[in-house]
Amino acid sequence: MHDVVRRSALPGRSQSSHDKMARGLGYFSLALGIAELVAPGAICRAAGVKGLETVVRGYGAREIATGIAILGSHDPEPWIWTRVAGDLADIATVATGVQQDNQSKGRSTLALATLAAVTLIDLACANGLNAEKGNRKTAIRDYSRRSGFPKGLQAASGAARDFQIPDDMRTPELLRPWDRGGGKA
Amino acid sequence: MKALVWHGTTDIRCDSVPDPSIEHERDAIIKVTSCAICGSDLHLYDHFMPGMKSGDVMGHETMGEIVEVGPAARKSLKVGDRVVIPFTIICGECEQCRRGNFSVCETTNRNKDLADKAFGHTTAGLFGYTHLTGGYPGGQAEYLRVPFADATHIKVPDGIPDEKLLFLSDIFPTGWQAAVQCDIQPTDTVAIWGCGPVGQMTIRSAVLLGARQVIAIDRLPERLSMAKAGGAIMINFEEENVVERLNELTGGKGPEKCIDAVGLEAHATGSVDSMYDRAKQAMMLETDRPHVLREMMYVCRPAGILSIPGVYGGLLDKIPLGAVMNKGLTIRTGQTHVNRWTDDLLNRVLENQIDPSFVITHTEPLERGPEMYKTFRDKQDGCIKVVLKPGMNGGLHA
Repeated sequence: MHDVVRRSALPGRSQSSHDKMARGLGYFSLALGIAELVAPGAICRAAGVKGLETVVRGYGAREIATGIAILGSHDPEPWIWTRVAGDLADIATVATGVQQDNQSKGRSTLALATLAAVTLIDLACANGLNAEKGNRKTAIRDYSRRSGFPKGLQAASGAARDFQIPDDMRTPELLRPWDRGGGKA
Repeated sequence: MKALVWHGTTDIRCDSVPDPSIEHERDAIIKVTSCAICGSDLHLYDHFMPGMKSGDVMGHETMGEIVEVGPAARKSLKVGDRVVIPFTIICGECEQCRRGNFSVCETTNRNKDLADKAFGHTTAGLFGYTHLTGGYPGGQAEYLRVPFADATHIKVPDGIPDEKLLFLSDIFPTGWQAAVQCDIQPTDTVAIWGCGPVGQMTIRSAVLLGARQVIAIDRLPERLSMAKAGGAIMINFEEENVVERLNELTGGKGPEKCIDAVGLEAHATGSVDSMYDRAKQAMMLETDRPHVLREMMYVCRPAGILSIPGVYGGLLDKIPLGAVMNKGLTIRTGQTHVNRWTDDLLNRVLENQIDPSFVITHTEPLERGPEMYKTFRDKQDGCIKVVLKPGMNGGLHA
């Protein structure tokens, strides 16, 4: 038996720190998505890339959809993984679009570092949410003596066999199994 | 008073709310001594069930002591009586109540119009379970107003711990009805999906009713070990193929009786249909995850019975009705007609035939209820059943 007693909810709350982090990431997705939709040029300049305004708008739509899904879902984990996939797409886009002038290179380096940091936060959140779901293979408590039968299992077996099943829950006589002699099987 | 209040998806808080008062002559007020978190509360916590509003008080497994009685309820209740409160609010007078179909009482749902639209016809009012069923404040609180209290109660004797009696409110009669409506014969194999609190009670009920073989299906080691202690053969669906194993245990014919004690949040992880359900649910294109329904429709022996105590809320995809029709299966389902069974079940508890407290793994003060929702939902700390006690200091585990 393991001696692990794990509970992840914050004191007095029904949510964990990872749940809170997921909500924060949901709002972040919405804000970033709106910025990418409204001002793709500014986003491209900040990232040191050129000519990718249409792509950035598409990414903005993705961020908004993901943010809505995170905030509206009972289980944000798959959508946080969606964010991780989006982060990787963002990184690939910036990495392949880097310009050769020094100023743009500097901006792209900073953007890639920021994206890497966000990816790590997303990963931590997704892993944390996944770990809270009780995906264990081994028992941490021993309930093997909890039969619920004070007189023992043998005495309990069939102890209520004389219970009269109500007519509305009995299989109708005509539908019960029968033998060819006409009686009930 | 303190009460556990729903604020949104996965957001339950212990808040101060106004004390309840008598609003109708058939009302009573109870001082809650014990209440529990039900598996179906998790459907509200996760916000799968529509019709919750921020500020709703949770809970439908409650017992306590009568502290105030409306004039029309005094014929059957008095201050000081010890009562368990069934989760279904019943009038005891309508056509359905007279037939014993208490969970579809025609009178007590004060939002009948909503229920008519959602389900075609109204069902009974329920405590703490959405505005579709009346929007009545629930019993995870220090006090509870019980509407139609002259009918909506189970009187219990003094001198027996709450823990042995509390589950007459829901999970014990729910497990019992699930087994009873299977019309279990001594030659039957009964397969039960889900070893949560209702599944555990269903296993014990099937054993008491004399099934030849009871098989329990789950993935969590604690729950499977508790099922085994109750006399069930275990199938871990993450380690074994459920259909193959059930056929193996029944000479290739399948179980005669199949019980879904899981409901709309099935956690099967490896199957194609469960991935399909997850994807559709994530995109809000399907409300429920009916993997268990599909599996038991497929594996059940021809002419067998499917019993569904598990809660479903809305619209389900890819249900193999062809298997149901061609094999001539009978489906019986519904919320529990609690008061139909409780006199008999109380006697079985008093006679020590069964002690339902076996299922309790955590006893905590009411104030820790919000944390326990997460612990229960995520099956952490070996959690199977949580009992909450207003005014308690400290907590007890397993």
